[in-house]
This record gives sequence, C-alpha cells and structure tokens, in this order.
Amino acid sequence: MGNDIALALVIITALAFDFTNGFHDTANAMATSIATRALSPRIAVGLSAVLNLVGAFLSLSVAATIASGLVDTGLVTLTTVFAGLCGAIVWNLVTWLFGIPSSSSHALIGGVIGAMLAAAGSHAVKWQGLVSKVIIPAVLSPFIAGLIATAGTYLVYRISRSMHESSRSAGFRIGQIGSASMVSLAHGTNDAQKTMGVITLGLIANGTLAAGATTPSWVVVSCALTIAAGTYMGGWRVIRTLGKGLVEIESPQGFAAESSSAAVILLSTHFGYSLSTTQVATGSIMGCGLGKKGGEVRWIVAGRMATAWVITLPSAGAMGAVSYYIANGIGGTAGFVVGLILLVAISAAIWAKSRATRVSPANVNSEWKGSVAPSEPTATGRAA
Amino acid sequence: MSQWIDYKAVWEIVVIGLLAGAGLPALFAIGMRAIALPGKGHPRESDELFGGNPLDIAVAALCFAVVLAAVGFGIYIIVASGHK
Repeated sequence: MGNDIALALVIITALAFDFTNGFHDTANAMATSIATRALSPRIAVGLSAVLNLVGAFLSLSVAATIASGLVDTGLVTLTTVFAGLCGAIVWNLVTWLFGIPSSSSHALIGGVIGAMLAAAGSHAVKWQGLVSKVIIPAVLSPFIAGLIATAGTYLVYRISRSMHESSRSAGFRIGQIGSASMVSLAHGTNDAQKTMGVITLGLIANGTLAAGATTPSWVVVSCALTIAAGTYMGGWRVIRTLGKGLVEIESPQGFAAESSSAAVILLSTHFGYSLSTTQVATGSIMGCGLGKKGGEVRWIVAGRMATAWVITLPSAGAMGAVSYYIANGIGGTAGFVVGLILLVAISAAIWAKSRATRVSPANVNSEWKGSVAPSEPTATGRAA
Repeated sequence: MSQWIDYKAVWEIVVIGLLAGAGLPALFAIGMRAIALPGKGHPRESDELFGGNPLDIAVAALCFAVVLAAVGFGIYIIVASGHK
C-alpha cells in the first residue's frame, strides 16, 4: 500500500496548482469586459468565479484525461505526479509575474511529462499522443479563434455603423457580459477537470482507489471550490496584458472576441479536443483587433506571448524533472516535505517580487505604455 | 482522417465556429440596430437609447430569441458531453 502522508501532500500541491490555474486564467473570460468597463473589475472576477464553480459541477465524467493518451499510466507514481505539479505551479507563477497569458494546461502536461522522463525515460511518454492531442491543437486553435473573431468583429461593426455611439457601447456591453459568462462556464468544465484527473491519478497510483475508479465527490467539490477561489483572486497582471496590452478594445470587439472564444472552446469540447482556453482567448482578442478598421494589434506583445507558448512545455518539463530529482533523490516522505518547502519558498519569492510592480483592480486599466507595470508606480507602499 | 490531424473535426470547428462565433454576434447586432434610436452625428434630445415601432421591436426580439436559444444549446452540449 501507499504512503498516506505523501498522498496528502500531493493533494495539497494539486489544489495549489488548481488555484494558480484559476487566477492565471481569469483573464481569458474577463479581460475584455474589464477593459471596456462592461463590468467593474471586482464584479467581473466574482461572476467568473461563480460560473467556474457551476461549470466544474456541470460536467463530471472525464477523469485522468490529462494523463491517459499522453503518458504510460502504469509508470505513474506519487513522486512523478508531485514533481509534475511543482513544475507546473512554478511555471504558472513565473509567467504570471511577467503578465503572460500562457496555458495552464500546457504547464501541467509539461510538468508531468518532464517528471516522467526523469523517472522512467523516453518510453514513458506517448509522443504521438502529445503531438496530435496537444501540440497540433495548440498551433491551430489561436488561428481558428482569430479568424472567427476577425469575421465577427467585421460583421458587428458593419451592421452597427449607423448606430449612435452611446447606444452601441451600451448594447454590446450587455452582449459582452453574456459571452464572457459562457467562456467562464466553459473554463470551469474544462480546467477544474484537469486537477480532478490529477488527484484521481494520485489516488490510483497510491493504491487508495482501484484503477478505472470514478472521481470521488470530495475531489470534485474541493477542486471546484479551489478553482473558483483562484479565479476570484483575479490574475490582474495577466488581465492587464490581455485587456490593455495586446489590443485597445471597444465593447463590440470584446463581444466578438468572447463569442468566438466561447464557440471554439465549446465545439472542441464537443469533438473531444482538449485545448488551451488561454490560447483560444488570445487568438480571439488578436482577431478582434484585426477585424476593426483602424484597429491595431501590438505585435511586440503578441510575439512575447507566442515565445512563452513555445517554451511552456519544455520549461515546465525541465522544472518537473528537477523537482523529481530533488524529491526522489531525498526519497520517502522527507522528499515530498522538502519539495513542498522549496515550492512554498519559490512561490513566496515570486510573490514578493510582484509587489514591486503591483497590478490591482485599481490600476488594471491604466494606459498601456509597453509593460505590465502600470504607469503610475505603486511601489511606494501605498498601493490601492 | 490522418494519424496526426483530424481534418474533419478541424473543418467542422471552423464552419460551425464561424456560424456560432461570428454569426450569432452579427444577429445580436442586427437586433440591437433594429431598436437603437437614431442620433448619429448630432446631439440627442433625450437619454433614451433604445425604442422603436412594434415591427422593429419584433425583429429585435426574434434575433435575441435565436441567440438565447443557441446559448442554451451550447450549455446543453457542455452538460451532455460531460456525462457520456
């Protein structure tokens, strides 16, 4: 039988990842609504949190999807799951510090694969599954979402061009709230599932659950609550980059972008493609910049994001592998405890660094001048 | 279907995605335009943004009803695909 203390530490780490997943991805649904002031920042993250919670309960069947088809599940151990999660959390925090909307799913997949490579070698990874289920959808989805958002933005502006400016902003703000809500709901159904799958995988690896068992309801409830809490925290740095940095957004554009994101995410879920909500949302926001006459996409920001997307899998993988060597090198329960202490220390250091250029609901919409750090410095210690 | 890419699924996502992700916003815009009061280019007399004759309101109601029905169907897809 397994090691219950190690199992408990793995579950804590998995929930910590779920929390970072929540705040890293709030931007996907709400960045545009916050940027156009369709919703106040606090109300936007609150609404998104509630809808993520509801979404996590709506769709309950898919357990361990993140692992099956990507790694040899027979070779998964508690240590590899733990190391993969540590790698994913660190990468999510680093990208958040820089305000980059990278994929939480890729961080998780990369971390687990890196740990598996370190533990069992190349045969533990199903490379074809990785390419066809993760890499190809990741390359295609931003372009598809961007195309749809470009078409939607063009049509919406063409149809509404005779409208008075104030009627138009007011009307499309209502539409924006609806479409952003759909994206939040879809996010809850997708991303909370991933952590549920990882915890189930840990329970099976520990022998607590029989292979093929369904996800216990306490796992569903705790993952749903954690991702909602993370969402409510609001990843203001990422929200700022997506809402203000990439494109200057008006409410018809935000509406078209979120509609495209919602359509692509829901259709892919329907066809069994698990893809990154973040990459779809980013593609859509770029599309809404291209579809408006005189609209402008800041390609420097877009290029920085694309670079981060490419290096997410290998970077999270490298961190997962290092975590594995540390936890496995020390061995036993002590390995997990030391790993967790290191993880907390690194997270605290990143958080402390973020305080120097704090982004909060008060300054998230400040004018974009080339960096995540808002133009009005908040490092004076009197940040809102 | 290739070993690497499911072209059929990609094709369907693009076509249905355009209908739902760009078509529905366009329909919403048509509904919005039908009931938006004029006033472009000059100041308006009142703060009212929306109104119009019964025909305009009926057109708008139809557009919004189709959009809402599609959203409902989208939620149904999430729930159904989660309980296969």
